Amino acid sequence: MAYLDHAATTPMLDEALEAYVATAREVGNASSLHAAGRRARRRVEESRERVAAVLGARPSEVIFTGGGTESDNLAVKGIFWARRTAHAGRTRVVSSAVEHHAVLDAVDWLAGHEGAEVGWLPVDAAGRLDPERLRAELAAHGERVALVTAMWANNEVGTVQPVAELASVAAEHGVPFHTDAIQAVGQVPVDFAASGASALTVTGHKLGGPTGVGALLLARDVAATPVLHGGGQERDVRSGTLDTAGIVAFAVAVEAAVKGQQEYAARVAALRDELVERVRQAVPEVIFNGDPVERLPGNAHFSFPGCEGDALLLLLDAQGIACSTGSACSAGVAQPSHVLLAMGADDDRARSSLRFTLGHTSTRAEVDALIAALPAAVERARRAAALRTPR
Amino acid sequence: MRVLAAMSGGVDSAVAAARAVEAGHDVTGVHLALARNPQTYRTGARGCCTLEDSRDARRAADVLGIPFYVWDLADRFHEDVVDDFVAEYAAGRTPNPCLRCNEKIKFAAVLDRAVALGFDAVVTGHHARLGPDGLLRRSVDLAKDQSYVLAVLTRAQLDRSIFPLGDSTKAEVRAEAARRGLAVADKPDSHDICFIADGDTRGFLAERLGEAPGEVVDALTGAVVGSHNGAYQYTVGQRRGLHLDRPAPDGRPRYVLSITPKTNTVTVGPAEALEVSQVRATRPVWTGGERPAGPVECEVQLRAHGDVVPATVSLDADGLHAELRRPVRGVAAGQAVVAYRPDPAGDVVLGSATITG
Repeated sequence: MAYLDHAATTPMLDEALEAYVATAREVGNASSLHAAGRRARRRVEESRERVAAVLGARPSEVIFTGGGTESDNLAVKGIFWARRTAHAGRTRVVSSAVEHHAVLDAVDWLAGHEGAEVGWLPVDAAGRLDPERLRAELAAHGERVALVTAMWANNEVGTVQPVAELASVAAEHGVPFHTDAIQAVGQVPVDFAASGASALTVTGHKLGGPTGVGALLLARDVAATPVLHGGGQERDVRSGTLDTAGIVAFAVAVEAAVKGQQEYAARVAALRDELVERVRQAVPEVIFNGDPVERLPGNAHFSFPGCEGDALLLLLDAQGIACSTGSACSAGVAQPSHVLLAMGADDDRARSSLRFTLGHTSTRAEVDALIAALPAAVERARRAAALRTPR
Repeated sequence: MRVLAAMSGGVDSAVAAARAVEAGHDVTGVHLALARNPQTYRTGARGCCTLEDSRDARRAADVLGIPFYVWDLADRFHEDVVDDFVAEYAAGRTPNPCLRCNEKIKFAAVLDRAVALGFDAVVTGHHARLGPDGLLRRSVDLAKDQSYVLAVLTRAQLDRSIFPLGDSTKAEVRAEAARRGLAVADKPDSHDICFIADGDTRGFLAERLGEAPGEVVDALTGAVVGSHNGAYQYTVGQRRGLHLDRPAPDGRPRYVLSITPKTNTVTVGPAEALEVSQVRATRPVWTGGERPAGPVECEVQLRAHGDVVPATVSLDADGLHAELRRPVRGVAAGQAVVAYRPDPAGDVVLGSATITG
């Protein structure tokens, strides 16, 4: 099998899996007062320190959560609520058109249910945000903005955003800046303090940790109203019994991913560049999407003119090649990517797209398998797409 | 063979896919998303078209260990089936949307796409037999037989179709689903029209065609005996819901005899006036052997689950003509006439055409 979908989820690192199993064998609730509880709490706090140390945060800024979607919801809704509570006039959220649905839909929910107004920042044809657009937005509405949220790197087309510049513009106006760094950690250098962000989302399963555990890095001076209420764990911001084994494994994975980032990025980017070059040779009319330079090392994203992405996926899947078309609705119908549409692609081009993402287990043999299967798949998908014309 | 199993989320298509796997085919499951806005179909599993059905189909595919995808055919379905359904009623005819869906979607849009993608055939859970002789036959389960809505398929379409359930009764299919661990074993059958979620066909048509008040006329006297809000709300042979102002002089019940869209008139009359001995039909398909040069003695069925009547059928330049051996009531334009040859191994579909009068 050629697994070219590491941005969806990547295999767990051996050391993370071993840490998980070892910890899961031990009993103990990190909130309990007895010895077993203390042991669990020690593991959690050591993990918090490890995560903080490699991501440029203070341990007290690390809030463990149930993963990326929860962290994004906590940041967007929690900071919005807290800022509005402090100043009733702050009801505007500034976000980008290319966010993951965990941010996009949380922002939409605030607009639909909490009376939020939204300033959507556009992107250019490569999917990049322009800090000057944010500056103009904040110059016009700064007083009323509750928060700015913009992703560090895009999950579909792999474009890396000028996060430090965006955060600095937000800071000029005293507005908290949240960034969804789910695709960035372990792929590009990520330092919370240096970035100037007030809040940062990271999740385990994109970097070799377990699914269902992540963190929100939240600066001490930024208040967030809880989404989950209960036992008051995690600074009272995120209640719920701590997942000791998951947190330990998450910390192991974050540490390994961040420490190995440079070497990883060099190796994977070289393989990715080879993939891109060979796809271009095999299918000359292919369109390469996203920023060619400011880009995640493992991401290759293409539009195949005249094809439908879901037909290509089916054909490649049948050859043992796993890739992704972007998002599907709840019924499973492939949707044209909002990211590509925001980048100015038309509906057909958006529907003709496929994402290949490499990761820590990727090999040249997997790229070989893709290149062997791709030309025939493209030809067949084209024939199928031609049938769409009404008869 | 590489085959594509159309999986509605119901028990029949799940077992059909399972049998295709067992027969040694390389099977890929596909659920057809037919609703333009899936959100509107979120309530209640009715056998097809809902979100639950998409999940049920996926779950069955997972149990069978076959790849599974959802294909979006909403636009094609709306153009070829839903819009056609509304237009047919507006034209005073009584369409069969399941038949149209087979003709235009399952064995056309889906089959064509499947072939283009390298598949050899489409597998469905229809209750009908299609053996190595290439002849389409009734299912052994006559109560569930769906050969009527498949009779519209051409030779080329049948050659790329597989119906694994034709030799089984519905009860056997359900028992097999349970044995195979398919969760849909006890799922209720789908009945009504899948795109009319609440079953209110009149309301559905009224929403799209608007109110069009007109007269209900007695065929014998020519007198206006009532009014209606849209001729499209009536079907030939219909007795209930006529809202006539006065009873017939003879006191006997009256039925819809015909619908005339041009004058927006619904004509009613006694039961015997419904009787028809000759049927004309257009767009004939003949798959039960060579296209006949002369008249063929056979049986015909004139609506889904309708009675079967001995008849002489002939094809000519205008279409198909059936001479019925005994009169039949309630023959509606827009329905199909399907010709069968009685056969102990399952009555054979000879051909079909769309009734014009």
